[in-house]
Amino acid sequence: MTPPPSQRRGHGHAADEPTIDGLLAAKEIAVACGPGGVGKTTTAAALAATAAVHHGGKVLVLTVDPARRLANALGLDGLGNTERRVPPEAFRAAGAKPRGQLWAAMLDTKESWDALIRRHAPDATTRDQILANPLYANIAGRFVQSHDYIAMERLFEIHAEGDYDLIVVDTPPTRNALDFLDAPRRMADFFSSRLLRWLIVPYRSRLVNVASRPFYSIADRILGTQFLADIAEFFILFQSMYDGFVARADAVTRLLSDRRTTFVVVSTLETVPLREAEFFASELTGRKLHLGAIVLNKVLPDSLRSSEATAVAEHLRDATAEVAEAVAPALAAVDAELGQVDQVQRVLGEVAESFLNFRVVAVREAEARSHLATAPDVLATVPFFDTDIYDLGGLLRLGAAVWGT
Amino acid sequence: MTGLLDLELVFVTGKGGVGKTTVATALAVLAAQHHRRVLLCEVDAKGDVAGYTETSPAGFEPAEVLPGLSAMSMDTEASLREYLKLQLRIPVVGRIGPLAKAFDFVATAAPGVREILTVGKFCYEVRERHYDMVVVDAPATGHVVGQLAAPQGINDLVKVGLIRSQTDWMLDILSDPERTGLVAVCTPEEMPVNETIELAARVRDETTVRLDTVVVNRVLPELFGRSEEAVFEALSLPGPAGALASALPGDPTPVLDAARLAVTLRRTRATHLDRLREALDDSVDMLYLPYLFTRSHGLRTTRQVAASLGEELGL
Repeated sequence: MTPPPSQRRGHGHAADEPTIDGLLAAKEIAVACGPGGVGKTTTAAALAATAAVHHGGKVLVLTVDPARRLANALGLDGLGNTERRVPPEAFRAAGAKPRGQLWAAMLDTKESWDALIRRHAPDATTRDQILANPLYANIAGRFVQSHDYIAMERLFEIHAEGDYDLIVVDTPPTRNALDFLDAPRRMADFFSSRLLRWLIVPYRSRLVNVASRPFYSIADRILGTQFLADIAEFFILFQSMYDGFVARADAVTRLLSDRRTTFVVVSTLETVPLREAEFFASELTGRKLHLGAIVLNKVLPDSLRSSEATAVAEHLRDATAEVAEAVAPALAAVDAELGQVDQVQRVLGEVAESFLNFRVVAVREAEARSHLATAPDVLATVPFFDTDIYDLGGLLRLGAAVWGT
Repeated sequence: MTGLLDLELVFVTGKGGVGKTTVATALAVLAAQHHRRVLLCEVDAKGDVAGYTETSPAGFEPAEVLPGLSAMSMDTEASLREYLKLQLRIPVVGRIGPLAKAFDFVATAAPGVREILTVGKFCYEVRERHYDMVVVDAPATGHVVGQLAAPQGINDLVKVGLIRSQTDWMLDILSDPERTGLVAVCTPEEMPVNETIELAARVRDETTVRLDTVVVNRVLPELFGRSEEAVFEALSLPGPAGALASALPGDPTPVLDAARLAVTLRRTRATHLDRLREALDDSVDMLYLPYLFTRSHGLRTTRQVAASLGEELGL
């Protein structure tokens, strides 16, 4: 089967064909998104590291994954909310001469929330009251979608400071991969909601109108008056920051749909993640956001699908005994222990069976790839690396695979 | 010790992409095959369970999808409605719309409120004995602790009110290791294993629920024993490679390479599994499910996984 043109695009083709190299050179923000468990964080770091090598300038990878391994791979002893530069020695150790600098930061939800409160609080008293509110500590960490919102907020802040040529951001593992896109808008809606104002009315004035009285009586019965009062106090304080929040949320939303921003969907070719990734890609397109690339990780080698290799494996499976007889003397010549025919036969049988097993997976996944519903500008496939990525060298190898070099 | 199938309430969680829904569905199918009346609940309403049982997506009202197995999808508003009707006997059918909306609002803001309705519904089904076993396709690892900790959290935050009085019986069910257990699903890869180790610690420290079992999904077969591996390695040496090539209708290299990839993958993964076993309490069972080469989705897969689970449980 001939792959669609998009799959043949890679690196070093005609100058006008889109490549991941061109994509990241043209954009200021690349948002890596996709289902969980497909190597999204690692891919984001690999894209940033490789861009730093090829493009120069300052490149930042902003991750939400608290994995120490990524920090270690980048040659840092830890990652925090503040950006840190990946030491040039790490690149040297990996045999790379980067033209630019690579920086890394990890999102700390609580710290980012605190910073947000400090920025938007109308005065020092309100700020301190919020930071000291018992519900705040609970909410800042667990606010539904607070992680999503704060990730986008932090991205906006860093971008606005203008310190980086390219920011690659890794999105949080959400129940719904789209949550983070809606988070700024939802946060704005939340604070501008009439319901919220309605909810806190009785704590602002004693005038509870007749229509809303049953609600409060039921809410009291369910939640208890004190809990409701605690919530209300918290939101009254929070409401003072309404204007700042809404303006900010709108700005974040605008940034995501700006032409300087692109989205890179990361997936594997397994059925369930791929379906989720396709849904995500079509949603991005539907929202008129820029779907720059799809990166498919852990793709099995093409040789598994070659008809010649398959014929060899099938012959080996069907005539294991004969082949074992033929090979055993050569093995015995290496070491007598190795030449036992029955053992050779078992090994060859396993080899054939294993190939045919993986072949089924490779064929199924290639089929899935050729039927991708949404065609991005760039479709990159990354082979199954047989070891985990432990250092910058590993990240750069992954990056090279995405680059198609 | 109680076996997995004897539990009344089982939460199945795991990092995204490890096969959490497959395992939850397979566990429910297996229990139903052993004549237990099972309710399978989906919490992240993505409708995935339907794909694993080849039925249409479940609603809040449980529907029988296979003999002895009913499925439902969690809906906090519907759960609130049921709760008000059953627990509080509040006749507010007409006002439930705005109330639910307002509730949704509070739940968005206040930690634990939404979670308690979700967990409460499961505990309720257990308490009323509508089913022998409730299997929950719970949120991914990061969220499940919040959900399981909610009754305790609410107990601490809310001092009075009906919700407070409701959390006590929930905690009784959740804290009883003979009745309730958590199943963590992972694959033998680095990140899922790390996350499972972290989960085990958080579940122990932050919740009253016991981690009962870790299911390791997609375990690759061991191709060779030690002496066989020596034979395999020697096949690439010039002499044997030449003999092999002339005994076969084509170049054996890709076939040997594929086997080498399988061996390396298996070996890397084995080290992660050793680490996992070491980090977990001895009381936590570990079950291993084989990698399925032929299918990765659908009822056929669910049945195969159920059969493997049954074997692992010694059934």
